[in-house]
Amino acid sequence: MLELRDVYFTPDGIQVLNGVNLQIDQGEIFVIMGASGAGKSTILRLINGLIRPDAGEIFVDGVLINNLTEKEMARIRRKVGMVFQSAALFDSLTVAENVGFAWRNEKLPRPELEKRVKETLEVVGLSNVEERMPAELSGGMKKRVGLARAIAMQPEALLYDEPTAGLDPMTSNTILKLIKDLNTRLNVTSVVVTHDLPGAFAIADRVALLQKGKIIFVGTVEELKNSSEQSIQDFILGNTNQEMAVKIG
Amino acid sequence: MMPKITGPVIRFFEQVGQVTKLILETLYYVICGEIDFKEVVKQMLALGVQSIPIVLIVSGFTGMVFSLQVSQEFERFGAASLIGQLLSLAVVRELGPVLTGVVVAGRAGSAIAAEIGTMKITEQVDALRALATSPTQYLVVPRFMACLIMLPVLTVFANLFGMIGGYLVAVYQIGVVPQVFFESSVNFIRLYDLFCSLIKAAVFGVIIVFASCVQGLNTEKGAQGVGDSAIASVVNGMIGVFIANYFLSLVLFKS
Repeated sequence: MLELRDVYFTPDGIQVLNGVNLQIDQGEIFVIMGASGAGKSTILRLINGLIRPDAGEIFVDGVLINNLTEKEMARIRRKVGMVFQSAALFDSLTVAENVGFAWRNEKLPRPELEKRVKETLEVVGLSNVEERMPAELSGGMKKRVGLARAIAMQPEALLYDEPTAGLDPMTSNTILKLIKDLNTRLNVTSVVVTHDLPGAFAIADRVALLQKGKIIFVGTVEELKNSSEQSIQDFILGNTNQEMAVKIG
Repeated sequence: MMPKITGPVIRFFEQVGQVTKLILETLYYVICGEIDFKEVVKQMLALGVQSIPIVLIVSGFTGMVFSLQVSQEFERFGAASLIGQLLSLAVVRELGPVLTGVVVAGRAGSAIAAEIGTMKITEQVDALRALATSPTQYLVVPRFMACLIMLPVLTVFANLFGMIGGYLVAVYQIGVVPQVFFESSVNFIRLYDLFCSLIKAAVFGVIIVFASCVQGLNTEKGAQGVGDSAIASVVNGMIGVFIANYFLSLVLFKS
């Protein structure tokens, strides 16, 4: 479904990704872990075509996206929904307008649009919030609305950028359950970027560990836990005598 | 020494490239008819209609002060019949469109840059792209259309209130005969002058919208970056208006 081949990304001379190779299969929950600033979110932005790699190839559903125009990329993006770390809701639009954004060009009759928005919000466990503005929502609700907005496009893959960042443990668990649930219900491929280890272990089919712009491990959670590699154990145990992150700035 | 020179030069050409790309993309969407008219109306209200009071105040008082200065001198030389003619020429050809451009560059240009800049730093612009929507189509095209339509409309108001302000001072303060003022201004001004006034306004609208949208879409570094973008959009917009005004006057009023 998604593939990165020997991808390099070096903005302003700072090496963020240093030859990343990844293959993410249809229908799996693939978690990318690593320290803050390791380049995890960069991978999601590359898959979604929001930024372009300096070298290497990125395939989405078999299509090489490196050199696609914005117009061609828009077609790919309909297949790959993205949930942003900050939710990135359009703050001048209501919740209903945010969720219905994907259908704004379809000229749907108002009752049909309202029905679709209501159903989509119910999928993420929200109701009676349609007329609220994003500023009136809690952090967890914003993430859910962001998720509802992404699934409204009926994508084949969903990219989650730090879905539990800044949330309390209970809300984090709810969001993680939702990711797992949507993966099954909607039969989508889920790519989750996080540094929340327990959360990642709870939902992942496979995990990848990113260090200094390189993938140093890909496998199941069990394989990760049983790895004898010192840098991997350091990451799991939270040892600080390592340089996991690429220094930026 | 070289990097010190090449840095700003490269940045300048980068900006020229970005503006050119944005103009071409915007024209592409306009020509293809990919315009969100609901959003255009919303922007016409925000950028145009809400600018009307300030445009009326600025143009009205400028007309008044212009008339005050000119009338006193002309009265002294017995040329009161020329006051209306001079005022109408100055207001319609220059003051109306330029003052409107300056007001809109200050009020709407900063608002555009700040709004789009905030969207940029809070990932809302990326979210648009992730939702298969072009930021140019969704953010720039409606503002472009709104400014293109509303600047000439605002200029009509500015011309009218500039003339009314000048008339009030000339007639009630200086004592010019109303009919003399009226006849000299109406007889002297041509339809062509009014048309050129609107052409100027439309060009200023385009300059303001691209100066502010480019700044907004290139905003970085958080809240400070939004402030910097707003300032730069106003400065660039106003400079653009004044420079364009000279060349437009040169071309349009070449007798």
